[in-house]
Amino acid sequence: MVTPWWRDRRVVPWLVQGVVGLLVLLLIAFLLGNLVRNLTAAGLLLSWRWLGQPAGFDIGESLLPFNAELPYWRGLLAGLGNTLRAVISGLIGATVLGTLAGMANFSSNGLLRRLVRLYVEVVRNIPLLLQLVFWYFVVFLSLPNGTAALQLPGVVLAKSGLYLGDPQLVNGVWQAPLRLTVEFSALLTGLVVYSGAYIAEVVRGGIASVPRGQWEAASSLGLGWWASLRHVVLPQALRVIVPGLNTQYISLAKNSSLAVAVGYADLYAVAETTLNQTGRAVEVVILLLGAYLVLDLLISAVMNGLNQLVQIRER
Amino acid sequence: MNAPMPFSGSPWGRLRRELFATPADGVLSLALIAVITTLVASLLRWGFTQANWAVVQLNSTLFAVGRYPVSQQWRLWLLVSLLASATGITWGLLRAFPRPDRGGELWPNNDRIAVVLLALVALWTPWALGLTAAIALRWLAITGALIALRWLAGRFGPALGRERAGWLAVVWPVLYLLGMVLISGGLGIAPVPSAEWGGLLLTLLEASFAILLCFPLGVLLALGRRSELPLLRWGSVIYIEFIRGAPLITLLFLGQNILGFLLPGGLAPERVWRAAWVLTFFAAAYLAEAVRSGLSAIPKGQLEAARALGLSTLQALQHVVLPQALRVALPVMVSQFISLLQDTTLLSMIGLMELLGTARTVMANPDFLGHYGEVYLTLGVLFWCCCAALGLGSRALERRLDPRHQPDGAG
Repeated sequence: MVTPWWRDRRVVPWLVQGVVGLLVLLLIAFLLGNLVRNLTAAGLLLSWRWLGQPAGFDIGESLLPFNAELPYWRGLLAGLGNTLRAVISGLIGATVLGTLAGMANFSSNGLLRRLVRLYVEVVRNIPLLLQLVFWYFVVFLSLPNGTAALQLPGVVLAKSGLYLGDPQLVNGVWQAPLRLTVEFSALLTGLVVYSGAYIAEVVRGGIASVPRGQWEAASSLGLGWWASLRHVVLPQALRVIVPGLNTQYISLAKNSSLAVAVGYADLYAVAETTLNQTGRAVEVVILLLGAYLVLDLLISAVMNGLNQLVQIRER
Repeated sequence: MNAPMPFSGSPWGRLRRELFATPADGVLSLALIAVITTLVASLLRWGFTQANWAVVQLNSTLFAVGRYPVSQQWRLWLLVSLLASATGITWGLLRAFPRPDRGGELWPNNDRIAVVLLALVALWTPWALGLTAAIALRWLAITGALIALRWLAGRFGPALGRERAGWLAVVWPVLYLLGMVLISGGLGIAPVPSAEWGGLLLTLLEASFAILLCFPLGVLLALGRRSELPLLRWGSVIYIEFIRGAPLITLLFLGQNILGFLLPGGLAPERVWRAAWVLTFFAAAYLAEAVRSGLSAIPKGQLEAARALGLSTLQALQHVVLPQALRVALPVMVSQFISLLQDTTLLSMIGLMELLGTARTVMANPDFLGHYGEVYLTLGVLFWCCCAALGLGSRALERRLDPRHQPDGAG
């Protein structure tokens, strides 16, 4: 019996791929064709010249200097700077909180263990956006101002912001070397609390993956709970923890784009304003997606390097 | 590491061991108890004396269905009644026909607890929300029907026979389509434009639409990514990594602002549906990774054995590999669905009136200005209950699908 050519095992894979490839190409051609036609009709054909025009809007707070006369690209850059600021401080905060909470799962104190479980279960089952607006509108915006503000040594938390480094009350207004706006504080708190819960689970999984015998061996050498964890268990747990952290860090970077909900001018917020003013939808989306992709890749690259460091090196 | 001991000893002894094992533990426990007591006390004081829950009570209809026209709301009541009836019957039949290899009680303890909880919620919610007697009665009747059908199906289900009970699997997809018709109109009933849908209705609609449609798409992408054909593999990889690299809000932004340009004029779907499709395509990429992890847990020998038995590759995937892979991937898939449900809140940022969007419009009303705490706390509790229930359901399903107790190893 002769096999017809379309059932030949050497031909079928290429036939399938050809058909799928053709369909995908047709779809892309169809979409791109429409895009070009519709953009031409709207007079919005791809162009980057508008990036040099003055933005005409201001940004509430920014690491990089910016005002309404500067061009759009400076605005987007300032937004990117704000995003990086939120992501980097968020990464540090969430790592500290998550590691502490993850370790607390192994505490000898039953109350602390249950409290950490409660924290994780509450945070993971409530949408991040809801948590962010809660922190901003309910917690930070209801803080008192002036003398009634929350005062700790070296830190003052008021409705007008978080003041660090010996704040002084001058004419009813707090002054300090470092002031964080409530918008940034709310965003940071929300991101740290949310990612902290996920990182706590990663850390807990990592510590749980270390055999019990390691704890017992460390304690028979006379090490206490903290010393066993610090010198024996954590170094081994890191091998499991680091890849999990990578995922959480990337999702924190992406989640920082919700900053617009609490009025913090991050990259997405600036891009949205830019789109509303210029109508340049395609260019703005390309810039946005590109920026976040690069940010993700950067985090992945750093974490992969870290991963190589913590793997067991065999002699 | 002092791992928690199993329940042994007197309650007093357990308390001492858990909280006051060492002096340091004792100090920590006392500090924690003090902090917790202060927090709970101030929350209760706020909840009972300062909070004004009228903002939730007066807007309960808005939170439930948005601006859905009052004259057409009977359709939603009908849909809820149908869903409750189908739930009751399915629940009863699942208990009436336990898995053949595993005996099952008709009324396990969990079911008794669930029925009591349902009854309590049906009694408490109308009172707490200050609903009118007529609406409260409807909720009571619907809950009563659910529990009654659960009892009836459990009692008389076995008389039906397994074959006829199996038809129930068809009821759910039909009900879903019927629900879509009831909500949006058409087929002889007045259309309700999607711009008027809102609240919990829109949240559940978007989430269920995306969950249902992302599933086949995600499985195809996972198979594509593991395929030996380079074009399929690279196509899937590019799609999955592109979607996973972008924040959902930028994709929703893309859907709202660019989809109109990508399609011929007038063909672009309405805003609600654009968002639903973006959610679907977004969720498919994440689901594909979950399914892929399940697929890689299945030894290659399974596919080879199935092929050796004369099954084609497609048949082998369908009958041998996928059922096992999906079972392994189930917990991850459900946690993806839970985050999808949570992600629907992002729709409020592109101007849709789902739960959070409704909350924003309510609080923009001068009568309710500044009542953020009450509204956000209510939404938080609502989401927490939905997500926690999904998580519980997932664990129950895992146990039901667990093959380890099957004597004959049938899948």
